[in-house]
Amino acid sequence: MSATAAVHSLWTTAAADPISKIDAPKIEYGQLAPTLIVVGAAIIGILVEAFVPRKSRYYVQMFVAVVALAAAFASVVALAADGYATTKAGIAAMGAIAVDGPALFLQGTILLTALVGLFTFAERRLDPEAHGNRVDSFAAQAASVPGSDSEQRAVKAGFTTTEVFPLLLFAVAGMLVFPAANDLLTLFVALEVLSLPLYLLCALARRKRLMSQEAAVKYFLLGAFASAFLLFGIALLYGYAGSMSYATIAQVVEGTVPEVTPALAGTMGNDALLLVGAALLIMGLLFKVGAVPFHMWTPDVYQGAPTPVTGFMAAATKVAAFGALLRILYVVLPGLRWDWRPVMWAVAIVTMVVGAVVAITQTDIKRLLAYSAISHAGFILAGVIAATPSGVSSVLFYLAAYSFVTIGAFAVVTLVRDAGGEATHLSKWAGLGRRSPLVAAVFAVFLLAFAGIPLTSGFAGKFAVFKAAAEGGAAPLVVVGVIASAIAAFFYIRVIVLMFFSEPRPEGPTVAVPSPLTMTAIGVGVAVTVVLGVAPQYFLELAGDAGVFVR
Amino acid sequence: MSFPLLTATAALPAIGAIATAAVPAARRTAAKWLALLFSLATLVLAIVVLVRFDPDGDRYQLTESHSWIADFGVRYELGVDGIAVALIALTALLIPFIVLAGWHDADPLETGNKRWRPTQGFFALILAVEAMVILSFEATDVFLFYIFFEAMLIPMYFLIGGFGDRAHEHGEEKAAAQRSYAAVKFLLYNLAGGLIMLAAVIGLYVVAGNFSLTEIAEARANGSLDMATSTERWLFLGFFFAFAVKAPLWPLHTWLPNAMQESTAPVAVLITAVVDKVGTFAMLRFCLQLFPEASKWATPVILVLAVVSIIYGALLAVGQRDIKRLIAYASISHFGFIIMGIFAMTSQGQSGATLYMVNHGISTAVLMLIAGFLISRRGSRLIADYGGVQKVAPVLAGTFLIGGLATLSLPGLAPFVSEFLVLVGTFTRYPVIGIIATFGIVLAALYTLVLYQRTMTGPVKPEVAAMPDLRVREIAVVAPLVVLLVFLGVYPKPVTDVVNPAVKQTMSDLEKKDPRPEVEAAK
Repeated sequence: MSATAAVHSLWTTAAADPISKIDAPKIEYGQLAPTLIVVGAAIIGILVEAFVPRKSRYYVQMFVAVVALAAAFASVVALAADGYATTKAGIAAMGAIAVDGPALFLQGTILLTALVGLFTFAERRLDPEAHGNRVDSFAAQAASVPGSDSEQRAVKAGFTTTEVFPLLLFAVAGMLVFPAANDLLTLFVALEVLSLPLYLLCALARRKRLMSQEAAVKYFLLGAFASAFLLFGIALLYGYAGSMSYATIAQVVEGTVPEVTPALAGTMGNDALLLVGAALLIMGLLFKVGAVPFHMWTPDVYQGAPTPVTGFMAAATKVAAFGALLRILYVVLPGLRWDWRPVMWAVAIVTMVVGAVVAITQTDIKRLLAYSAISHAGFILAGVIAATPSGVSSVLFYLAAYSFVTIGAFAVVTLVRDAGGEATHLSKWAGLGRRSPLVAAVFAVFLLAFAGIPLTSGFAGKFAVFKAAAEGGAAPLVVVGVIASAIAAFFYIRVIVLMFFSEPRPEGPTVAVPSPLTMTAIGVGVAVTVVLGVAPQYFLELAGDAGVFVR
Repeated sequence: MSFPLLTATAALPAIGAIATAAVPAARRTAAKWLALLFSLATLVLAIVVLVRFDPDGDRYQLTESHSWIADFGVRYELGVDGIAVALIALTALLIPFIVLAGWHDADPLETGNKRWRPTQGFFALILAVEAMVILSFEATDVFLFYIFFEAMLIPMYFLIGGFGDRAHEHGEEKAAAQRSYAAVKFLLYNLAGGLIMLAAVIGLYVVAGNFSLTEIAEARANGSLDMATSTERWLFLGFFFAFAVKAPLWPLHTWLPNAMQESTAPVAVLITAVVDKVGTFAMLRFCLQLFPEASKWATPVILVLAVVSIIYGALLAVGQRDIKRLIAYASISHFGFIIMGIFAMTSQGQSGATLYMVNHGISTAVLMLIAGFLISRRGSRLIADYGGVQKVAPVLAGTFLIGGLATLSLPGLAPFVSEFLVLVGTFTRYPVIGIIATFGIVLAALYTLVLYQRTMTGPVKPEVAAMPDLRVREIAVVAPLVVLLVFLGVYPKPVTDVVNPAVKQTMSDLEKKDPRPEVEAAK
């Protein structure tokens, strides 16, 4: 009888409370402005697709996207200037979103990266005109089968996939929420919002469409697996803590939770659930950052996706995913530090070494940059492992430095072309330094930054994370890191050798003259690389001030 | 605020590099003159530094200090002691000659390509290297030093890989392949060394909390910064490894013969006479001052490696068929002497080592640049392709002989004084090592004289019969350096006066903790 009463009390008490007492959700629109602006613009973008005539869509979409991203960035700056990054940091939207230093810093980085990435999306001068129409990197009509009559008709009619702009904005919206999510459900929703548009964007290449579609399917399947892992981890953690909220889970981990949820009394506090759940959750995030052993998708997707998408994805997704990983490890699971640190040590070491070693054998520039991205994920993990405030700020700085180098490097890749589109095979890059010294020099700057040569942003970032790791007691990780850097330097240098010291091939590629859009993207990349390399102090301070999570 | 003389000395070649690089493709000659002008102006500033420097004054003079990256504890701190002043003077002195000697080395073969400007690039890169080398001599902040120590690899790499001898015994394609191999080897060796050092630099920061050489050395001396013995040793090894690659010390030397063989003679001089000096200089400035105990701990091993370098380099030099490779191995042998002098831990040894850095720079420059002139005339680097050159080009042969004699440390020429000091300094403490090292001199006589004999004496080979003697430009390169070799050989006091107080200070740093028990016992 008593047992039945206990079970019944679950719903009898609920019924006793009148419905009218439920509070209306309190939403801090001001603090959520960056995300709301981007989502709003994305929806406007869809309406543009529906109502604006085909001819002017490109310009309207461009305008909407640029204004939205710029306005969102302005509101991030305004929030930070208002003190939301430091003193006024708090939880917004009924506990779903954190507005604090790391969130704002990463949102700012993502928005700027997206803005620069948008310019490469909108580039229409690289490919020769098809039937008198300017074309961009995206398929004329995504729905038509590659090589079919319908595709030819679409090309002839001058169709362009202007849907890429709202897709980009949706992805950005997901990325903005991902590192700021403060409960597991928001985290999952953000992950899906950022991933689904990216899967689509990957499939939209104008050239080599089958490869592009294959890349998208691979990305989607593996991404779906990762999402499933993440979701299962979330379920287990809910079973463990009886809550989705980061703060509550952290309290349960630390054993300071005030009351036990009656429905979960049987499982709550069960360490097996915690460990398995946390492991699955982290696995899902490591997939997104491209850490070994969850990196398999990276080279194929980077190679197959349209290069502007690759650049944007490589930069912004990494920023968002590392932001989320940092928050999970530092806010939810600090009590589990002694369990996750050894695992992350191993992941970081394997990631650095595998990324660097496998990259040596690559012959395609996009695959090479993909493996380089993997080894960089390892370097960033070294900063994550530090588990100190300086670790957080070093990771923030590294992400900001890395994302602009990445976007710039992929933008340069779009310029080097032959009859079949982009000439990504390394042998075709031979002697590029003779034909186009400026483009080759710019790419060399990006490669040197990837290699972490002093006076580039890559060095400042690498130094910051290694310093944080050493201070956090991970000295052996630093040693592995510098050895991996030395290995990695070899393949960056190999590309430089190829560009400058090899004889140009007679049938080699040409360098397309881009519009100011791509020039801006590359110019911003170079400027950020040099400024963060020579005078990083201001940005280090910014990242340092932003290094504290709210809970 | 006083005029930032040290910054200006480094900034001038940097500005020159940018200016030279910006010269339009068609105005090649203008770029050359611009580069020469900037290098001469830098020499003037270096002389001003030399004059303003007071050997008996503070340890670090003409200091500048500005905040740079506060988050990393990094400051823009410059200052020179006597050793740095001497090496800055050497660098600034050699660069104009390197520019002049390389006057035609980078003329483009194809003139059709408007965008390809190798000449401008060549001279801009040389000036860029000069700026970074001078800054690394001036930096008294470990991090600042590290940045330029690493960054100078990039222009150096392009100089080695991008420009080679016009004529090559295996044809242009093979030459390009070998050049890029040499450049990549150079870069990977030095980058690996530098990255190991980076780990140690970070470690030093974790232990000491800042990067200021003076502050750390002071804290070490008065005991306020306590370093565990094992920590100190690891950090020392991290630093020393990078410097030993750069210097280069056996068995980390293998990049040098490739790099010197494949690059043009002026670039080879730049490598061995200027850039490599940063390695030995840094051993004196950073290894000994920051890690005195660990330096003493490592001394026996380092001395053995240095002696192996001396003998091994000399033996391989004897066996070379390629003139430039021979000079490279000779340099490895000489770097062995320098490192031996530094780690003998006696004031004669260290004075001698510093003097040796200067003298080796000048004597190698003479030998290598004339070898370059010779090679450009015949179009071959192989010793066997020459013979009887002294009959057709007596001035060339004569100056080559002087360079060679300087290399084998003939009394009366500058290197003799330094080699003698190094040997004496080593012998007082490590007699066995000193005796073995002496054999290096005998071998030096062998390889230089055999080189001279095979190329310059004997019957005139038909291919060299029409060889012109040194031209005015080439004499202008060689003559001042030869005069300097003789002058410093007879009267080394100007250099030793500048160097000695700094060496004494380094020695006293070391002795504060260790009153040289071995020497006392030997007496």
